[in-house]
Amino acid sequence: MTTPSRPVLGLNRITKRFAGLTANDAVTLHLDKGEILALLGENGAGKTTLMNILFGHYTADEGEVIVNGAVLPSGQPRAAIKAGVGMVHQHFTLAANLTVLENIIIGSEPLWRLDSRRAEARARIADIADRFGLPVNPDARVGDLSVGERQRVEIVKALYREAQILILDEPTAVLARQEAERLFATLRGMTAGGLSFIFISHKLHEVMAASDRVVVLRGGKVVAERKTAATNPAELAELMVGRQVARPSRAAHPTGKPVVEAKGLSVDERGKRELDAVEFQVCEGEILGIVGVSGNGQAILGRALSGLARPSAGSLTLQGTDISLLTPRELIRLGLGRIPEDRHAEGMVGELAVWENAVLERLHEPTFSRRGFVRRSAARAFAAELIGRFDIRGATPETRTRLLSGGNMQKLILGRNLAARPRFLLANQPTRGLDEGAIAAVHAELLAAREQGAAILLITEDLDEATALSDRIQAIVKGRLSRPIPSIRADARTLGLMMAGVWEAHDAV
Amino acid sequence: MRFERRADVSPVALVLAPFAAILVALGLCSVLIAAAGVSPLTAYAEMLRGAYSSRLAVTETLTRASPLILTGLAAAVAFRAQLWNIGGEGQFYIGALVAAGLGHSLLAGFPVPVAIALLMAASMVAGGLLLAGPAFLRLRFGVDEVVTTLLLNFIVILFVGLMVEGPMKDPMAFGWPQSVPVEGDLRLPDLVARSRLHVGLLVALAAVAVVWVVQMRTVFGAETRAAGLNPRAAAFAGVPLGRTLMLVAGLSGGLAGLAGAIEVLGPTGYVTTNMSPGFGYAGIVVAMLAALHPAGVVAAAVFVATVFVGADAMSRATGVPSFIADVIMSVSLLAMLTALLFTTYRVRR
Repeated sequence: MTTPSRPVLGLNRITKRFAGLTANDAVTLHLDKGEILALLGENGAGKTTLMNILFGHYTADEGEVIVNGAVLPSGQPRAAIKAGVGMVHQHFTLAANLTVLENIIIGSEPLWRLDSRRAEARARIADIADRFGLPVNPDARVGDLSVGERQRVEIVKALYREAQILILDEPTAVLARQEAERLFATLRGMTAGGLSFIFISHKLHEVMAASDRVVVLRGGKVVAERKTAATNPAELAELMVGRQVARPSRAAHPTGKPVVEAKGLSVDERGKRELDAVEFQVCEGEILGIVGVSGNGQAILGRALSGLARPSAGSLTLQGTDISLLTPRELIRLGLGRIPEDRHAEGMVGELAVWENAVLERLHEPTFSRRGFVRRSAARAFAAELIGRFDIRGATPETRTRLLSGGNMQKLILGRNLAARPRFLLANQPTRGLDEGAIAAVHAELLAAREQGAAILLITEDLDEATALSDRIQAIVKGRLSRPIPSIRADARTLGLMMAGVWEAHDAV
Repeated sequence: MRFERRADVSPVALVLAPFAAILVALGLCSVLIAAAGVSPLTAYAEMLRGAYSSRLAVTETLTRASPLILTGLAAAVAFRAQLWNIGGEGQFYIGALVAAGLGHSLLAGFPVPVAIALLMAASMVAGGLLLAGPAFLRLRFGVDEVVTTLLLNFIVILFVGLMVEGPMKDPMAFGWPQSVPVEGDLRLPDLVARSRLHVGLLVALAAVAVVWVVQMRTVFGAETRAAGLNPRAAAFAGVPLGRTLMLVAGLSGGLAGLAGAIEVLGPTGYVTTNMSPGFGYAGIVVAMLAALHPAGVVAAAVFVATVFVGADAMSRATGVPSFIADVIMSVSLLAMLTALLFTTYRVRR
């Protein structure tokens, strides 16, 4: 349905360097009218930098941006907006305490007028919503909206400013699968109205499903350009990573005695039952996968198992002794490893050195402190050992942790947990936002820990990951857990039903 | 023009930032001095002369710097842990009040060094407890400690007024509202003969060394830094946030209380409601100019003391009001905050 005509947008040999690092190296690409172009690349490949240059957030060191035949003055978002370029950021830039209408007109309405043209704006928003199939309620408070709805508001905001070219930075990072599919269907419909899109992604399946053309970025350079119809996920993966990657697969392995067991475990927060009488059992040498659509209680389950949320009922036992009321420090001392859901917010203190983060959980152990004083050489040696053993790239013990990439940060978190040979490991969304190479590394480490007898509870939204790693799988729906099924029986249809809350059919297991 | 976050903060830039800030502040204030009809260069030269031209001037500057080191350290310790202690002034006064009250006669019979140590400890406990209240209210009910600590300053100063007009009033002071002086042998010995400079300076420097070691070398210091930089990650890693915050409150309030103690046991000997020219508030400027670093606190305290002592002399010599000292200090703080912004961000066109 899209017949590429003339390019509406061109990037000509864009180069951007950050202190010693070339984020974009002579990148040239174009976007045709009515086209959906996917910009594919691993984390750190330079995708976001490139789009920030295009939108004027950054100034390119070399090269130019051409919109509809005219060179865009660099470093001026206003010029980009005027030329019809809109950007939907990965982290939304909406004010939560304002209404949808206010968020949309803010910035495009003259600042010093009292008679703001709200009625007019309302009509235009209704028109946009109607024309492009983007229903929004102009009077809803943004803080009350779901992430999918907020994203829609961001898109409407760009269209309100008469954007003809929309850039979406990892638009599905925060969306559930159904929401993502809906988004891409909407974009497809909008191309018929003459709009053109660039979306940034590192997810192969959505690039295959939603784009007309793919530009693959690796190490700041364009390494390939393909018509989507003429390529396949395997080729794209190889182009993106630069080598063939295969996720490791799980070998059959006998499981041992139960290690961690939850019976009727419930957590109340702010008067609401967030976790409702969940039951599970994880055994030595076993990975138990918990799957579910985002926001169904994964976070609270993770917090309860990390010692950060107090159960209001039920029991959580480690080899028979109750641990439900213990603090994080006591859990760590008992040999529980925990990989947090959000590695930046909970996993690491970004401003501290790698060695400080490596030992932060275990500062009180005699290995790392004596009479209240940190044994710095022992801690540094430990960090150096983790860096070597877990292949943490770009790090020395002294490196500021913030400077590590997501994947390497995750390897550091894994290492900090696995080095202590935990009896139990909670892995909460361990590969979220990681690229293929890092995912393979994390999977290999989790499977190795399983081989060595660790009991692992894997909470994930990635069904491929759940089925590849887990021995048994349970679904989490509205704070409740289904009965487990063996992962060999976990086909897409069965898991889909379980995640929809239909699990009576499987109660026989 | 846009701000772009730097990949990493250069340590050189961090060291240069306060110097740049002070130069900018002096530059801006020279406009005011010129407006008062005096050449800024003359005024600044007079300030330097006033603060350093004689043995007496130098000792006076260091005497003024001693409590500033402690209040600056108090602010730096708290700010590092994201505890916004604006109550240094109140903690200073409560420390002073306790030192004066107990130092009057209650400790008779103890050997002098022990008695002095006990007085200082008591002042620290008082200052620490005064900050423990706001810290607890923040933990338990989420009450903003900026408000509570700031308002407590006024309450404490009024309480000091009540005491020196009432039960602690010195009957020999010809009706002046001041407390009964501490016993003569409990006063801190002079560091330099025939000057007001006393052993309190050494106490302050020792406190700097102790805080530095605690912050950089101990488990408590590491946990405090982690909790200040990223509380969620610290809690996840098992750092007890509440206990850490309470201990930091005790330490910070204690240091400001100690400042009050050395001022009473050193130069003044008794408490009045105007004994502090804003040591607690100036401590915030000292901490910021020091970029919250213990060693920087010493240098920043000496700078602020220079401005205060020098401004008095300059005012006498040139007629520029000595309020210029407060202006220089405030502008330095603003310039420092701006300079810190530039160490973290670069400007792009």
